[in-house]
Amino acid sequence: MTHRTEIRFLLNDQTVTLDRVGASDTLLDFLRLERRLTGTKEGCAEGDCGACTVLVGRLQDGAVRYEPVNACIRFLASLDGCHVVSVEYLSGPEGRLHPVQQAMVEHHGSQCGFCTPGFVMSLYALWMENPDPSETEIETALQGNLCRCTGYEPIIRAAKAATALGTPAEDALTRERDSVLRKLEALRDGRRVVISRGDSRCILPASVDDLAEVLVENPKATMVAGATDVGLWVTKFLRDISPVVLLSHLDGLRNLTVGAESIEIGAGVNYTDSRGALTADYPQLGAFWDRIAGWQIRNMGTIGGNVANGSPIGDTPPVLIALGATITLRRGSERRRLPIEDFFIDYGKQDLAEGEFLEAISVPRPTAGAIHAAYKISKRRDEDISSVCAAFNVNVTDGRITEARIAFGGMAATPKRAANAEAALVGAAWSEAALIAAADRLEDDFTPLTDWRASSEYRMQVSKNLFRRFWLESQDSDAARLSA
Amino acid sequence: MSTDKTVTAPVDTELRSDPPVTDRLMRADQDRSGIKGAVHTDLHHDSAIKHVTGRAEYCDDIAEPAGTLHAYLGLSTRAHARIRDLDLEAVRSAPGVVGVLTAKDIPGVNDVSPTGLNDEPVLADGKVEFWGQPIFAVIAETRDAARRAAKRASVSYEDLPHVLEPDAAREADMPYVTPPLTLKRGEAVSAMENAAHRIKGRMRVGGQDHLYLEGHIAFAIPGEDEDVIVHSSTQHPSEAQHMVAHVLGVPSNAVTVNVRRMGGGFGGKETQMNLFCAVAAVAAKKWNRAVKIRPDRDDDMSATGKRHDFVIDYEVGFDDTGRIQAVTGEFAARCGFSADLSGPVTDRALFHADNAYYYPDVLLNSHPMKTNTVSNTAFRGFGGPQGVIAAERIMEEIAYHRGVDSLEIRKRNFYGEDGRDVTPYHQTVEDNIAPRIVSELEQSADYQARRQAVLDWNAKGGIVRKGIALTPVKFGISFTATWYNQAGALLHIYSDGSIHLNHGGTEMGQGLNTKVAQVVADELQVDIDKIKITKTTTEKVPNTSATAASSGSDLNGMAARDAAIQIKDRLTAFAAERWQTEAAKVRFVANAVQIGDETVPFADFIREAYMARVQLSAAGFYKTPKIHWDRATGKGRPFYYFAYGAACSEVSVDTLTGEYRVERTDILHDVGRSLNPVIDKGQVEGAFIQGMGWLTTEELWWDDKGQLRTHAPSTYKIPLASDRPRVFNVALADWSENREQTIKRSKAVGEPPFMLGISVFEALSHAVASVADYSVCPRLDAPATPERVLMAIERLKG
Ligand SMILES: Cc1cc2nc3c(=O)[nH]c(=O)nc-3n(C[C@@H](O)[C@@H](O)[C@H](O)COP(=O)(O)OP(=O)(O)OC[C@H]3O[C@@H](n4cnc5c(N)ncnc54)[C@H](O)[C@@H]3O)c2cc1C
Ligand code: FES
Ligand code: FES
Repeated sequence: MTHRTEIRFLLNDQTVTLDRVGASDTLLDFLRLERRLTGTKEGCAEGDCGACTVLVGRLQDGAVRYEPVNACIRFLASLDGCHVVSVEYLSGPEGRLHPVQQAMVEHHGSQCGFCTPGFVMSLYALWMENPDPSETEIETALQGNLCRCTGYEPIIRAAKAATALGTPAEDALTRERDSVLRKLEALRDGRRVVISRGDSRCILPASVDDLAEVLVENPKATMVAGATDVGLWVTKFLRDISPVVLLSHLDGLRNLTVGAESIEIGAGVNYTDSRGALTADYPQLGAFWDRIAGWQIRNMGTIGGNVANGSPIGDTPPVLIALGATITLRRGSERRRLPIEDFFIDYGKQDLAEGEFLEAISVPRPTAGAIHAAYKISKRRDEDISSVCAAFNVNVTDGRITEARIAFGGMAATPKRAANAEAALVGAAWSEAALIAAADRLEDDFTPLTDWRASSEYRMQVSKNLFRRFWLESQDSDAARLSA
Repeated sequence: MSTDKTVTAPVDTELRSDPPVTDRLMRADQDRSGIKGAVHTDLHHDSAIKHVTGRAEYCDDIAEPAGTLHAYLGLSTRAHARIRDLDLEAVRSAPGVVGVLTAKDIPGVNDVSPTGLNDEPVLADGKVEFWGQPIFAVIAETRDAARRAAKRASVSYEDLPHVLEPDAAREADMPYVTPPLTLKRGEAVSAMENAAHRIKGRMRVGGQDHLYLEGHIAFAIPGEDEDVIVHSSTQHPSEAQHMVAHVLGVPSNAVTVNVRRMGGGFGGKETQMNLFCAVAAVAAKKWNRAVKIRPDRDDDMSATGKRHDFVIDYEVGFDDTGRIQAVTGEFAARCGFSADLSGPVTDRALFHADNAYYYPDVLLNSHPMKTNTVSNTAFRGFGGPQGVIAAERIMEEIAYHRGVDSLEIRKRNFYGEDGRDVTPYHQTVEDNIAPRIVSELEQSADYQARRQAVLDWNAKGGIVRKGIALTPVKFGISFTATWYNQAGALLHIYSDGSIHLNHGGTEMGQGLNTKVAQVVADELQVDIDKIKITKTTTEKVPNTSATAASSGSDLNGMAARDAAIQIKDRLTAFAAERWQTEAAKVRFVANAVQIGDETVPFADFIREAYMARVQLSAAGFYKTPKIHWDRATGKGRPFYYFAYGAACSEVSVDTLTGEYRVERTDILHDVGRSLNPVIDKGQVEGAFIQGMGWLTTEELWWDDKGQLRTHAPSTYKIPLASDRPRVFNVALADWSENREQTIKRSKAVGEPPFMLGISVFEALSHAVASVADYSVCPRLDAPATPERVLMAIERLKG
């Protein structure tokens, strides 16, 4: 089968076919500069402010699923086979406002108005999924939207009021869902797509097997999953990433299965989708998960990308290390498995060969006697990068600690286990004293950096204190916590 | 160029078929007054519908003429250095590049200093004085091409020593960027010696980035002769006009600056846009093509000024009851490499170092320090917040020293009647409503009972500690540069009865256009949807002041009212003559004019007036009365009046990590007789959250080379929805009326509530103090990040 050399997607009520797209071309520039759909704004070009929020609908399990994403770091080529919905689509043809827009007007949810289209889109997505949200659900949905004027209160009021002004059943995206589904299905032809603009090239493999082939053919290509790291290489550092191999359309990387022994997570599963399976086994991860980035980024960013990126301040690696996860790497048809902690060799250096990719992550299911916790410490509670991230997994049998896996982010050049602290725990009685003694061993494990997120002293102090928190929570889960 | 159809009308004309929103809002207004959109009624922002639909046009949304070019700045990567060699060959030869501009390409004066000190080059000439200083601009066919080309410059530097911190600058004998100010009353030094108790301390207060959601942008279109039109997102079109003329070397009448709306300003676009306007205009004239410049957020934050950081050394003497006898304060500010607005900003810090408290003997000095950082600028409050927070620190110090609730200490030190009513700048406080506001809030927030509950909770010694604080604010209204307190407006009534309103203020989200239109609607008694406000332009109203100092409605509302009254007077005279009656019998009633027994619909009446050759256009003007200020003696009446407010915040602090949550905030704020209560309430809520951000998570962090490392929202953290107080009660003091004759007896609202955020900072401090049983003042520095909170806790635990 020959490759397709154009991409096709739906934009609001139109079908778009493009035959010239470069690796670095973003959806936001396409909307604003090419289509003059200027309702979508640029506030930061790095996924942090939400002014560029649009919805992207994609086929999943035979249905169209819409998610809010950041157009500023969404690569245009990755939209092949998707439905892009921008703010211009919301109000009806005769100018009738959408319930969410109407609620925003009535509750004075805009002042300067620059953030407003982004908020409207996030609230629209929330309303479709959950028309009658609680205040916490609204706040969680808005973690990826900044407003500098209103102080948010009127926006929250609007979010609550929208449901009284209309229900998703009457909404255009609901009414047209079947027709969109058919259109998107018609766009699928199971072919590899290779598209370029000038000498900048994008490859969308047809399947995971095809991906394996593409990477062997193009070992120097940049893999792009959710683009929540790679997007910034482009928008902030103007890095040339061509040729890119796009992964976000690959259903085969999005498998999520819960087996008897383990939870198998495809590398392309995003934060949003992985939450359910992980928190069913590890409920303490729920609050932690909700503090990773904002909603838009959680819909884009993948666990595989978070691991493969190898950042010392990524949030999932410490958790996965503590839980004893293993990863599957694949090159061509060859696969190898390794404990995830062995993947992180040094700062910016992972155990990933040319042409190889991360295929899946396997997380063991909990064992009896295990006590778990995961903590994120950041300057701002939500949508911030960790100063310190800590994950505990301690096995206690008959009052003694038999096994301890404790991993930290933000404390070293890689996500790393606290070997000395762990050693101090194993064999000790499960007690506050043992944890406090182990905490002191962190000084032997880590020499953290001082940077804009935190000082070395704070990182060390707070890490030690988390051992105490771990103990206190194991005794009474709420005693030592701030309210949600 | 503005494509706005209707601005002030509560409904877009093309959305007339949309009854739900509009009817409800309009009916509510109509019920209270004969007309839609009268003053003192809740009316939504004139652009609300355009905001939510994405149809509101910002500068970057304006359709670009064919051939539009894009400029991008090349920034310094040294804090202080001589430029030995600037090699731009690779930039010039990059794909899509049309040319480059350096200092020597500036046709007029290479300076955008707003104070005329000639200390702020558009493009660095021979040396750079901060990391991020623009050195050159590259002009290309696309923004992307310009941005990529800018990276190809090769600059060789010869490093010079740099100083970043204000206290370090004082120690290193760095110069002042502008003359300092002393405020003095009585004999503070001897009074201090005689005081029963004395405390000396130092407080570091961080700066703040504006983080307006829309960054800097200017878009210049060349015209014939020397003409150029610049669309921009500036709070100060007149200054941008003068600066562009100065840089181009042409008279101001060749330059037009237009602003339809800004995506936020907060002071960050008062002077800082001059640079971008100048670069775009120079390039547009040079290549005779439209040129747009829009820096990336990281460059915006690196190259433009912020709120001043301060290091404050204070000393207070007080008696056994905690009443202050004397205060001295040294206020050193990080001004950056040039003066910009640092003079008035540091002055205002001193003007507010008393907040709501009487200092019997007082001596305050400002130290506007030159540092090798970006030149700091206006930011909501304009130095005032840094003064107020020093006053609140002093209250805290006394409270912990005396073992008394800080609210009690605050009350004991309020301005009063009996000789306790003169400020350190010798203005008498005539309208002191702080005690009333505070006592009403104390009741409505149930402060005493909740404080007891906080103490009881903390007495249990748990991990999570609580804190509560109630802090007032008194804020002086007027530009301290007296000549700035003037404004103009232009009003036309067309022969069909529709009205065109223009004024010198700019719209940045604060609802100024809505309020000014309400004033005109009220004066002429016509529905507000008959009035259209157009973009702010230097062509219609000249020599305007910045929309700043919270003065927008006070000044422009008055000027617009003046214009309306002029036309009204002419119409009244015309009616009296035409209907052969006395002027007293002519009344403007809802959408009509009543002349004796006859009621003529407004449009018909206007038609008649036109036929009778009545002039239906007027230029209005206003200047604030009563104010005067002598900086040399430190005496005068710099402020027309004061605005007041108070906030009570309760927090929970995790003593293991320093993380915290604001559990509840109650606010009572004074806006006089509000022109538009719902818009004012929005200002209060937004300002509080912004003030809270300044003192909690918003941290500017420079590395030792002088590079700002928190230069985008990824690293610089403003509050999110989830940072709001869990319970947030905001009320306006509905009994308040400005005792001065301001527009409809309202008060300014933009800045004063910013300082309500201090209640959160003080509450955090209270929670921290609990770990040492409230025996010492925690002396938190700002911002109180979780790190600072935890480190203070560890310090207090000893
Ligand atoms: C606003 C914002 C907030 C954020 N907040 C957080 C946070 O709170 N916590 C946190 O941990 N992270 C945070 N991040 C970063 C986080 O979103 C990313 O690390 C994300 O997980 C990366 O996944 P991705 O799919 O977007 O990867 P991409 O950006 O597409 O790729 C990242 C790297 O992984 C490689 N890669 C991707 N998939 C594979 C694969 N299958 N095999 C081999 N290599 C692969 C890519 O080549 C690239 O090197 C944030 C990012 C943004 C923009
Ligand atoms: S522009 Fe800020 S998130 Fe995209
Ligand atoms: S309304 Fe201005 S940023 Fe939200």
